[in-house]
Amino acid sequence: MAEDLKILVIDENPVRAAILKEGLGDAGHLRIEWIADTGNLLERIAVLDPDVVLIDLENPNRDVLEQMFLVSREVKRPIAMFVDQSDTAMITASVDAGVSAYIVDGLKKERIKPILDMTISRFNAFSRLQKELNQTKEQLEERKVIDRAKAILMRQKNIAEDEAYALLRRNAMNQNKKIAEVAASVITAAELLS
Amino acid sequence: MSTFKSSSSDIIQAGFIPLIDCAPLVIAKEKGFAKQEGINLKLNREVSWANIRDRLNVGQFDVAHMLAGMPIAANLGIGQIKTHQIAPIALGRGGNAVTVSKPLYSALNETGRNIQDALAAGQALRKILEDRRDKGQDPLTFAMVFPFSNHNYQLCHWLAASGIDPANDLRLIVIPPPFMVQSLEAGQIDGFCVGEPWNSLAAKQKVGEVLFPTAKVWPRGPEKVLGMQRDWAETNSAPLSALLRALDLAATWSDDGKNRLELSRILARKDYLGVDSNQILAALQTGMKFSRGNGVEARQEDALWLYAQMVRWGQISPSTEAWSITCETYRPDLLSTALGEHPKNTGGINRNLITPPLSDIPFDPQDVEGYVLACQR
Repeated sequence: MAEDLKILVIDENPVRAAILKEGLGDAGHLRIEWIADTGNLLERIAVLDPDVVLIDLENPNRDVLEQMFLVSREVKRPIAMFVDQSDTAMITASVDAGVSAYIVDGLKKERIKPILDMTISRFNAFSRLQKELNQTKEQLEERKVIDRAKAILMRQKNIAEDEAYALLRRNAMNQNKKIAEVAASVITAAELLS
Repeated sequence: MSTFKSSSSDIIQAGFIPLIDCAPLVIAKEKGFAKQEGINLKLNREVSWANIRDRLNVGQFDVAHMLAGMPIAANLGIGQIKTHQIAPIALGRGGNAVTVSKPLYSALNETGRNIQDALAAGQALRKILEDRRDKGQDPLTFAMVFPFSNHNYQLCHWLAASGIDPANDLRLIVIPPPFMVQSLEAGQIDGFCVGEPWNSLAAKQKVGEVLFPTAKVWPRGPEKVLGMQRDWAETNSAPLSALLRALDLAATWSDDGKNRLELSRILARKDYLGVDSNQILAALQTGMKFSRGNGVEARQEDALWLYAQMVRWGQISPSTEAWSITCETYRPDLLSTALGEHPKNTGGINRNLITPPLSDIPFDPQDVEGYVLACQR
C-alpha cells in the first residue's frame, strides 16, 4: 500500500527533486511533497506530517531537522535511517549517493526499502546527468575558443579554415597540450598584440 | 562520494566542520606534523554534524571533528542506532558566547538590572518572558547549533539558573552557525549561543550584542573532540597513536602566541573556513585553547557532565548502563599511551566535586542522577 505513505522531499535543487518525485510517483507513491527552502520548517512539517523525509546531504539544514525531530511535540518523530544495523549496505549506498532519510518509527523495512532504493538510484542518475551536462558545457566552450583562434589565424596568416585548424592541432601535439589550450593562447597573444 | 577509501595503511580520512577548533587537524596536516609521524592525513570538509556522524558510521571517515557530546549520544543511541565510538583527544575549548538581538538587548537594559552579570541578565530575560506571556505574545526564540552541543547545554544551564524553563518558557531551535547572524538580523530568532567567529561578527555588524562568553557557565570541558569508531581504533592502533601525537604537537603549535597570525591565515583559506583571517584572529584572541598544556582534554568527568546534561534536559533516562557507556566513550588513556606516558587514572573517575557557576549545587561525577534530581528540585 505504497500510496498510504506521505513522503517529504527537501532539496534546493528543483531538477533533482523533480527527477525523484517522478520516480517515486511511478512506483505508486502519490503523496509526495517537495520543499526547496527551509524557512519555517517546523510549521510546514507539522502541517505535512510526513512518514518519510528525504534530504540531500549538501543541505546544512539536516542539523535543524535532527533537533526538531528530537524535541518537537508538534510533529511525529522520524529518526535517521540507522534504525537497523543489518542495513549497512543500503545506508552506505545512500550516503554515497548523497541523500539521507528520516523514517517514522514503526514503519516496516519492506515498505521503506523500495523508497530508498528508488531515491538512491535517482540521486545517482542525477549526478551522472550533471556530470554529462558539465562535460557538454566544457566542450561547447572549447569549441567557441577554437573557432575564435581559427578566425584569428585565418586573418593574420591568410590561410584557409582547415589549414588554421591543422596548425592548432600540430602545435597542440608538439606541446603536448589540448587544442583548446593552444587556441586560448592564440587569442591571448592576439589581444596583447592588437 | 565513492572516491573515499577507508584507511589503507597510512592514509587517515578525517571529517571536519569549518569552525576554528578544527585547527589541530588542519595544522597537523599543513605544518607537517602528521607527515612527520608517518600519517597521510586527508581532510574532508562537511556541512552538517549529521553528515559527520553518518560518514563516520559507514566508514567513509576514519576520524572526525565532533561536538563533545556527539560520540556519547551516539553510544547511548539517542536519535539513532547505538554505535561504539570513542574520543581519545579533545580538539578545543572556549569560544562560545550568548548573543542577543539589539531590540532584546535594549529590553533587557530597560529592566534596570546590571546585565553585564550573566545571572542578572537571565533574570531580566525571565521578566521579559513573563511580561510577554501575560500580554499573550509569542515566546522568544533562541538558537543553538545541535542537540548534543555544549551550546545547547550551556544555554539551558544559564536559563534554568535564571529561573527559566528552557523547554516551556521559550523556543529553542537549531540553526547552522553560518546562518545565525542573518537569522538574528531578520528577526527569526531573538538570541543564540554559538562558537566564534559568529558572536564577534554579530556585534561587528551591529545586529546583536554579546551578553557573555559561556566560559562563565562551564569553564572546563572540551568543546570538540576527535571521534572514531572503536573498531577502527582497535585495528589501527599504530596509525591512531601516530595521529594523536601529531595532533598533540599541532595543538601546542596552535596555542603558541607567536604562531597566531599564521594560524589565522591558514584557517582562513578557502578549503578550510573560507572567511576573513582578521575575523579568525579576533576570535582566537577571545581565549580559545587547543592544547593539553592549556587544559584541553577529553576527561571522563567532562563526559559525565555532558551525560548529566542529557539526563537533565530529557534526552535520555538515567541508568547505570548509560553511566558506564559514557565513561567508556572518552579515552584519555589512549593519548597518554601514544605519548609514551604512564596512564594516570585508568578507570578511576575524579571524585572532586565541581560546583558549576551560576548555581550552588555541586556536581558529583559518580552520582549524576543525584545531581540532576537536586537541579530539578
